[in-house]
Amino acid sequence: MWRVGKVVALYDETATARTITLDVSDWPGHVAGQHVDVRLTASDGYSAVRSYSIASAANSERRIQLTVERLPDGEVSPYLTQEIAVGDRLELRGPIGGWFVWRSQQTEPIQLVAGGSGIVPLMAMIRSRAMAGSTAPFRLLYSVREPEVAFYREELQALSDHDGSVNLTYAYTRAAPRNWPRPPSRIDAPLIANTTWPSNLVPTCYVCGPTSFVESVTGFLSSSGNSPDKIRTERFGPTGDRK
Amino acid sequence: MGIVSRGFSGRRSGAEVKLPPGQHLTTGFPVLSAGPTPHVPLDRWEFAIDDGTNVLRRWDWKSFRDLPTETFTVDLHCVTRWSKLGTSWEGVSLDTILADVKTDASHAMARSYGDYTTNLPLSDLRNKQAWIAFRFDNKDLAPEHGGPARLLVPHLYLWKSAKWVRGLTLMHQDKPGFWESLGYHIYGDPWREQRYSGDE
Repeated sequence: MWRVGKVVALYDETATARTITLDVSDWPGHVAGQHVDVRLTASDGYSAVRSYSIASAANSERRIQLTVERLPDGEVSPYLTQEIAVGDRLELRGPIGGWFVWRSQQTEPIQLVAGGSGIVPLMAMIRSRAMAGSTAPFRLLYSVREPEVAFYREELQALSDHDGSVNLTYAYTRAAPRNWPRPPSRIDAPLIANTTWPSNLVPTCYVCGPTSFVESVTGFLSSSGNSPDKIRTERFGPTGDRK
Repeated sequence: MGIVSRGFSGRRSGAEVKLPPGQHLTTGFPVLSAGPTPHVPLDRWEFAIDDGTNVLRRWDWKSFRDLPTETFTVDLHCVTRWSKLGTSWEGVSLDTILADVKTDASHAMARSYGDYTTNLPLSDLRNKQAWIAFRFDNKDLAPEHGGPARLLVPHLYLWKSAKWVRGLTLMHQDKPGFWESLGYHIYGDPWREQRYSGDE
C-alpha cells in the first residue's frame, strides 16, 4: 500500500518552497491534479502523514515531482523543504483523487485560478497539456503576494510564449513589478471579467488556494455567469497543511 | 513500522489523546469542498426524505426548526488527515427526523444543494449518532462549513457529513455517492482507516 520513492533531485522554487523529484519504481501513473500522501517516520516509530499535490505531468512514468511550501508551524513541510537530501527514501500513497483532475481527452476551454501554492496541481495540468500535445485552450490567473514567491515562473513564461495557447495573467496582492498596470490587490470581479474565459464558452474552471481565496474567486466566477457545476475547487488551510 | 526518515523527530502533541490511525490534530477548521459554496436562502430551504419515487416527509426551515433540538460535542476526523476534537453543535437528531418514516430500506443517499451526494447505511443514521446540524460553536453554521444545515455523522470520515444537506433518498441496496465514486471508501470508518477504495 505504501510505495517508496527515492529522492533524485531537489530544486528550490522560492525561499520557502522546494520541488522534490522522486523515482517510484512501481508508480502506476497519475492524472493531472491528483495528490499523494507522504509519510515520515521517526526512529521510535512515531509517524506523520500529509497530502501534497503532484506537480509533474500525467505521463511522467516512474518519476514524479511534488512542490512543497514550508509552513512556519508545519510538522512535515519543514522536513521536506530543509532536511531531506538526494538519495533519501520517502514513503507515499497514491495517486489519490478523481475530481480535481484534468484529462487530456478534455477539449473544452480551461480556466485555472491559483492562489499561492495552489498553483501546484494546476501546473500538473499545464504540463500534462504540453506533454499530451493537447490543443485545449488554457488560461491561468495566478495570484501571488509578490513576484519573488511565484513558482515555475520561467517555465510558465516559456509555455505561454510558445504559441500563446496558455494565456497567463498574474495578480499581485502585496507588491507588483515596476510599471505593472494593476496596483497590488486581491483578485476582484473586474479582473475575473477581463482575464478569464467568457462564460458563454462554457469553460471548466479549476480553482485552488487558501479557503478564503477559493470562496471569493468562485463567487466572482459564478457572478460572471459560470455555472457552479463547471467550477471545481481544492481548498487548503487554515491549517494550510494540504500543500 | 515504515522506513525511518533520517533526522525526523516530529512534533508530538504531548496531550494524551487517542486519534484514529494516520490522523493529526488541528485547532483550525479546514474547509474541503468539491465546488463553489452554495448559498441557500432560508425561505427556499427544504429537507425531504424520499424512497426514490415518492417524497415521504418534507420540512421547510420553519417546520424543521420546530423539531426538538440537541446540543452535542463530538470529534471530527477528515480523510485529508486532520482531526478536530471537542466541537460543539446544535442540531436535530436523525432519530427525530426518521421517527415517523416506516421503511425496510438498508441504506440512504444524502443529497445536498450543489448536487453533492454521499451514501450511508441507515443504521449509521439512527441510534443517537447522526444529526442535521445548524449551529456550530454557538453561532449559525457558516455557508463554507455547510450552512444553513449539514448532516453530521461524526463516527465516519467527515466527507460522509454532507454539507448543505437537502434530503435523504432511502435505498434497498448500497450505492456509491460522489467521493465514493471517485476513489474513496464506500463506508469510511476512521478507526479502521477506511480512506480509499481498496482499504479493508
